[in-house]
Amino acid sequence: MEYFVQQLINGVTLGSIYGLIAIGYTMVYGIIGMINFAHGDIFMVSAFIALTVFLIMLAIGVTALPLILLAVLIISMIFTSVWGWTVERMAYRPLRGSFRLAPLITAIGMSITLQNFVQLTQGARVKPLPPQITGGITLMQGDAETGSIVVQLSYMQIIIIVTTVVLMAGFSMLISKTSLGRAQRACEQDAKMASLLGVNVDRTISLTFVMGAALAAVAGVMFLLYYGVIDFYIGFIAGVKAFTAAVLGGIGSLPGAMLGGLAIGLIETFWSGYFSVEYKDVAAFSILAITLIFLPSGLLGKPEVEKV
Amino acid sequence: MSASIKDNVSEPGRWDESPVLTVENLTMRFGGLVAVDDLSFNVGRGDITALIGPNGAGKTTVFNCVTGFYKPTEGRIIMRHGSAISDAEVRKLTESGEQSMSTAEGAIFLLERMPDFCISRDAKVARTFQNIRLFGGMTVLENLLVAQHNALMAASGFTIGGIFNLPGFRKARQKSIDKAVYWLEHIRLKERADEPAAALPYGDQRRLEIARAMCTDPQLLCLDEPAAGLNPRESSELNELLQFIRSEAGTSVLLIEHDMGVVMEISDHVVVLDYGEKISDGSADYVRNDPSVIAAYLGVEDEEVAEAEAEAAAAAAAAAAAASAAGQTMSGGEPAGEQETKP
Repeated sequence: MEYFVQQLINGVTLGSIYGLIAIGYTMVYGIIGMINFAHGDIFMVSAFIALTVFLIMLAIGVTALPLILLAVLIISMIFTSVWGWTVERMAYRPLRGSFRLAPLITAIGMSITLQNFVQLTQGARVKPLPPQITGGITLMQGDAETGSIVVQLSYMQIIIIVTTVVLMAGFSMLISKTSLGRAQRACEQDAKMASLLGVNVDRTISLTFVMGAALAAVAGVMFLLYYGVIDFYIGFIAGVKAFTAAVLGGIGSLPGAMLGGLAIGLIETFWSGYFSVEYKDVAAFSILAITLIFLPSGLLGKPEVEKV
Repeated sequence: MSASIKDNVSEPGRWDESPVLTVENLTMRFGGLVAVDDLSFNVGRGDITALIGPNGAGKTTVFNCVTGFYKPTEGRIIMRHGSAISDAEVRKLTESGEQSMSTAEGAIFLLERMPDFCISRDAKVARTFQNIRLFGGMTVLENLLVAQHNALMAASGFTIGGIFNLPGFRKARQKSIDKAVYWLEHIRLKERADEPAAALPYGDQRRLEIARAMCTDPQLLCLDEPAAGLNPRESSELNELLQFIRSEAGTSVLLIEHDMGVVMEISDHVVVLDYGEKISDGSADYVRNDPSVIAAYLGVEDEEVAEAEAEAAAAAAAAAAAASAAGQTMSGGEPAGEQETKP
């Protein structure tokens, strides 16, 4: 029982990070029908930005940890957004209106470019960051006689889960209530018509990339603080998992991305907890394959309607 | 103003005195196909102007050029926001190479130079399509709010105010909802404001599209076959709506329509196209009686059919008389006469 609860906590934490990245995939797919394979690498870049900001803050003598964390979060969100915007502007916008595969290939190219850029400038070695937020709440005491373990909910896990929930709430609000969100949904359904109603479609698409990148930056900061090691390759693995999460939840659907993220996180943790760590990815992808056989549009996705 | 169109098929009218839109020498080629050939006409301020013509005459192409869907091969499309803008100012703008210019009398826009979202946002031209293009997954109200995106976006401080629901944004939102409700009342859909637009009946969707276009505060509303597929009752509701738009909102209307009942009833000014060229331009009465329009488009009128039949009968009688005079047998004469009359 204790073991199960502990795995559940770990799974939800991992799922939150996947979910935050998955939103970027699903939003971009929703609005321009393209898989932005460089999104995972945007997440990786954000982790590096976060580490850099962290070291700069320490170097200039800021010692208050909450202040440092807030600055790291905000600055890396801003810079990562600029990265996201730039990638869209340089690599995808010139290809708008060309055939569907062109931006897809460009996205893969962009992904490789970002990886190699970071590898060259930051080095190929892993970058460690000592744990900053330690301690936690003990939920269940271990008992040596029955062999049960201590169940702990660390402060870091609380921060990740709470941040994710708050961001998701704010984000859903943005999509459903604000004018920008409405314009995004309009562009998703009929970009040409939205444009004839005075909506600047190019800018709306850019802002979608910016928002996806900002959420990926939050995930990047959380990843850095939670795992404490980053390298230029984390984006690929996290990106593939998050993409899987988006597809599992139903690509194009925001709650689906979040649900898919949680599902992938939980499957991975439980599989490694109960069966074997080596086969956790096999488990995650098998569940994806099985789900798609029975629900081709994912858990919450709407069936694809061909636009005329 | 001296914007009147000088060609041999046009009747000068009040639309030449203060046009809201002037199309000048518009030509649109697709490869070797000339869809619109050197077309010029005026759309009068506050008028309902109909653009008619047989299928394939190039009407929708004209719309697509006006609303920025296509870049015209040649020509100039001038949108005037003031009634007293002089030709000299238009010429100045054309020579400057800019998209628009504001003058003391109002702004001028050269639509062929502008990207499509600017034509709606700045030049205030709205349009609808032959097929319905509502945002089906969004509610009726949201459809009308998308049309007010720019005002809301500015008021929400580019979304930041929107997320935190600041007072400035709340006020702007209330204003835009009020405007949406105003139009919903006029199209009698207020009760269904929160339903998905795709759930509405066809006629309601048509009117909702027009209301949505009106929510962009257009000076010119372009409607592509608004009455297509409507039953007679819906069609008359549409007429009322268009007349309301002209009289109350003061918006000029340019419409493509095949339903001659609608065209003749509500239009102040009719422009007729055939094979991409203008064949007639004037008031509904002028166009209705223009022989080239009758020949090309409306078909041959009843009196003319009667006249033609009388002529044919006379010819047949003459032929029969000639035949009998030539001493032909009765059996050969009758069928020959029949064949003559038929064409």
